Amino acid sequence: MNKQISSLFEKAGGVYALPVILMVIALPLVGSFPTWVTLTVAGLGMGMMIFLMASGLSLVFGLMDVLNFGHSAFISFGAFIAASVLSVLAVWVGADNWVLNLLALTLAIGAAMLFGLVAGWAFEAVIVRPVYSDHLRQILITIGALIVADQLVLVIWGGIPISVPKPAFLQGSFFIGDISIEIYRSFAFVVGVVVFGLLYLVLNRTRLGLLIRAGVENREMVEALGFRIGRLFVLVFVVGSALAAMGGAMWGGYQGLISGELGSQVMILVFIVVIIGGLGSIEGSLLGALLVGLLGNYVAFIFPKLSLASNMLLMMVILLWRPYGLKPAIKR
Amino acid sequence: MTDLASNPPASRVTTGRVIVWTLAALIGLTLMFAPFLFTDVRSQQVAARICVFIVLAASYDLLIGYTGIVSFAHTMFFGLGAYGAAIALKAMGGGWAAIALGGAGGIAAAIVLAFLIGVLSLRVKAIFFAMVTLAAASVMMVLASQFSGLTGGEDGIVYTTPDLFKPATRLLVDADGGVIKLFGVSLNGKIAAYYFVFLISLALFWFLLRIVRSPLGTVLEAIRENEMRAEALGYRVVAYRTAVFIIAAIVAALAGLLWAVWLKYTGPDSVLSFDIMIDILLMVVIGGMGTMYGAVIGVALMSLAQYYLKDIMEVAASATANVPVLPQMLNPDRWLLWLGILFILLVYFFPAGIAGTLMKKGGQK
Amino acid sequence: MSDHILRLDDVHTDIGQYQILHGISLNVPEGGVHVLLGRNGAGKTTTLRTIMGLWRARAGAITFHHHDISNLHTSDIARLGIAYVPENMGIFGGLTVAENMRLATHSDRFDAGRLDRIYDLFPAMKTFWDRPAWALSGGQKQMLAISRAIIEKRDLILIDEPTKGLAPAIIEAMIAAFREIAQDTTILLVEQNFHFASSLGDSVAVIDDGRISHHGDMADLVADADLQNRLLSLSMNA
Repeated sequence: MNKQISSLFEKAGGVYALPVILMVIALPLVGSFPTWVTLTVAGLGMGMMIFLMASGLSLVFGLMDVLNFGHSAFISFGAFIAASVLSVLAVWVGADNWVLNLLALTLAIGAAMLFGLVAGWAFEAVIVRPVYSDHLRQILITIGALIVADQLVLVIWGGIPISVPKPAFLQGSFFIGDISIEIYRSFAFVVGVVVFGLLYLVLNRTRLGLLIRAGVENREMVEALGFRIGRLFVLVFVVGSALAAMGGAMWGGYQGLISGELGSQVMILVFIVVIIGGLGSIEGSLLGALLVGLLGNYVAFIFPKLSLASNMLLMMVILLWRPYGLKPAIKR
Repeated sequence: MTDLASNPPASRVTTGRVIVWTLAALIGLTLMFAPFLFTDVRSQQVAARICVFIVLAASYDLLIGYTGIVSFAHTMFFGLGAYGAAIALKAMGGGWAAIALGGAGGIAAAIVLAFLIGVLSLRVKAIFFAMVTLAAASVMMVLASQFSGLTGGEDGIVYTTPDLFKPATRLLVDADGGVIKLFGVSLNGKIAAYYFVFLISLALFWFLLRIVRSPLGTVLEAIRENEMRAEALGYRVVAYRTAVFIIAAIVAALAGLLWAVWLKYTGPDSVLSFDIMIDILLMVVIGGMGTMYGAVIGVALMSLAQYYLKDIMEVAASATANVPVLPQMLNPDRWLLWLGILFILLVYFFPAGIAGTLMKKGGQK
Repeated sequence: MSDHILRLDDVHTDIGQYQILHGISLNVPEGGVHVLLGRNGAGKTTTLRTIMGLWRARAGAITFHHHDISNLHTSDIARLGIAYVPENMGIFGGLTVAENMRLATHSDRFDAGRLDRIYDLFPAMKTFWDRPAWALSGGQKQMLAISRAIIEKRDLILIDEPTKGLAPAIIEAMIAAFREIAQDTTILLVEQNFHFASSLGDSVAVIDDGRISHHGDMADLVADADLQNRLLSLSMNA
């Protein structure tokens, strides 16, 4: 990139301007303004759901160099557990009362997250801890765990796709003029923003966050300053797993019909997001997730067949331009 | 990190090594005479699959066992070779030219993709590689099902292969014009097809063995043992890894070509599916990474298990039909559950796999 | 200086398949600056890392204040009162100077007196207090690394080649700072720069091929040019 353009680019917000640039480019290609708004909101909502799942993976990797392929199991289980809870609470879910709707949804997502916390803790202790610092075995063992978890989903919920009841207040779309906006995706966007805000505050305003950010950069030095990085890591792992389960729960509601492959399918997007964003930073994950969500929705409208391939292409281009991703945590 | 897949120097002959070689040789001999040993169609199918998958798994071992990097794109290259041949055979009819041209096209595509992926992701962090290859492979899967005009979509492509491989072809005829039987087996086109697959598989496996015993293999082991040190010694680690990735991709594409010719059908489930990728991974790790012979043992074992474990589970599931949950877990469709658990235990306790563990054991002879 | 704050007794350390330390025995007296000299690859950094528990000794004992620390976790060793400044300084570039300093406290609170002392020693720390650490110059990063080590009371500071890549003027400033710091702390310093080492050191040990090949007063070594030549012919760059 030549110098003037690159300094202009930095002034415009650097990599943070990319989603906006993408939106602007998409407008003439999509053609119609109302459609563009609909697609943009859909893309942002989808992006935020992916962000929920990607942030934990990225931090876990950043802190401990652990690449957890089993992450997608938490996504699957989150989706299925939430779906089961919603089915049990079908009366509340379908009630014409948003308080009951919200309560049912909260319980469903809460159950998914609780599972994420507990299973994440067990997963870290049993599967991941014995193979720290050995990448090959780590990948192999987490894949083994993923195979087992995926099969367990089939054992518990059967091989037939199950439908996820959507709370009444999140169904359908609302209209601004002739612009139609899907309520569920807007809701997903808001939830994602809240979670990002919380994560950002914890990471940047608390001592715990300070330790995590420092650990991502140089875990040895954090230990040499007198802190146990292992305990920190368990915490991050558990929270990351809970967020993955939450993302899975949200994703299940958005799909409406979920099958055992849900986790592995979403995981591809999560990996692309983490690679684009750069490992170890939630800002990077957010950026990557928004880009992937937006691009996926625009391309699905313009060239329906190329939706997933477009994200792959985006990843290739970004790797060529910035091999470590857009916003990686600074390493050493 | 170093105990994984590391073996005593190749020159040392131990009882463990002899056992591994004997096992591999037995499997090889069985495959060589398979059409005469097992005459039913299903067994021939299994034998051909074992031949092709030995090549596929061994080329994967070249990657994972000899460089320590995990790729999920191996079925992508397998699929490129298969689809290349399939598309050409469909378009040009079942001739040798179609196989050559389609195979060349598939291999060329494999080389280009392997180069791109290697250069883009290996230079940063080897761990990126696992993610990038996974993403690439799934995109390829989606493309294959969406561009149905070319690939037949989910249904795949059915085509004919050269006349030589037609069951009606008589390889040797007696004075009356009837097909000659050897040990009661008709020497027809099916036999020709099997030996086409077997001999080329054997040649490819031999080629892979040569590679790991060449100076290149030595360099790869040096890189695997200590990347920093190898870099310091002046080896361009990324270049070597990319080169190995490309070689493995070419061999996988050739295996795909063989599979396409044997099956006379190519579709997402036969060559691209993620289940096949998992199979290969399990085969190599269970057999023993970084040994080549481990791939042979792993493939044979897994293929047999795939057929017979399911039968056993069937029986167990019906025996426990009244117990809750257990029947679902013993359902033959859930055989991967048990294999997954076995796999985790194996990576914990015997990371060197069957061949690797055996080779470490046993005194010198 | 009758008492020893740190003792290494026949310490062996392997890295992977390579033996790096072949039995290091070393006594570090309480107070003052003690220097480890030696060629590249002789085992100086490995010695410091083994003390910190970042690499494990295969054999031998390490005692700090008469407690065996050779099997303790790195973070526990740090909390006993040992600070470590690695060769790469271990600065967290994505964090501000202030955040780097806060991490080095165990209470998350700064002692005003100690902070003032640091500002006196290294005024740049005050100037750049809220800047991200990656933006500091090499010398300033080194100052930050040392400031982190003294922001709370530590009995022993391990410092690995603090002068590496620094300009001569900054090195002189460092000498002054180290003299100040050594008044209430013991410093174990790994150095290649003999000028720096000799103008600070009270005692000196020379490591060669994973063993201590000489041990004595720095003054004796400075006075004996023959001995310097013999011990340090390959490492002199003063």
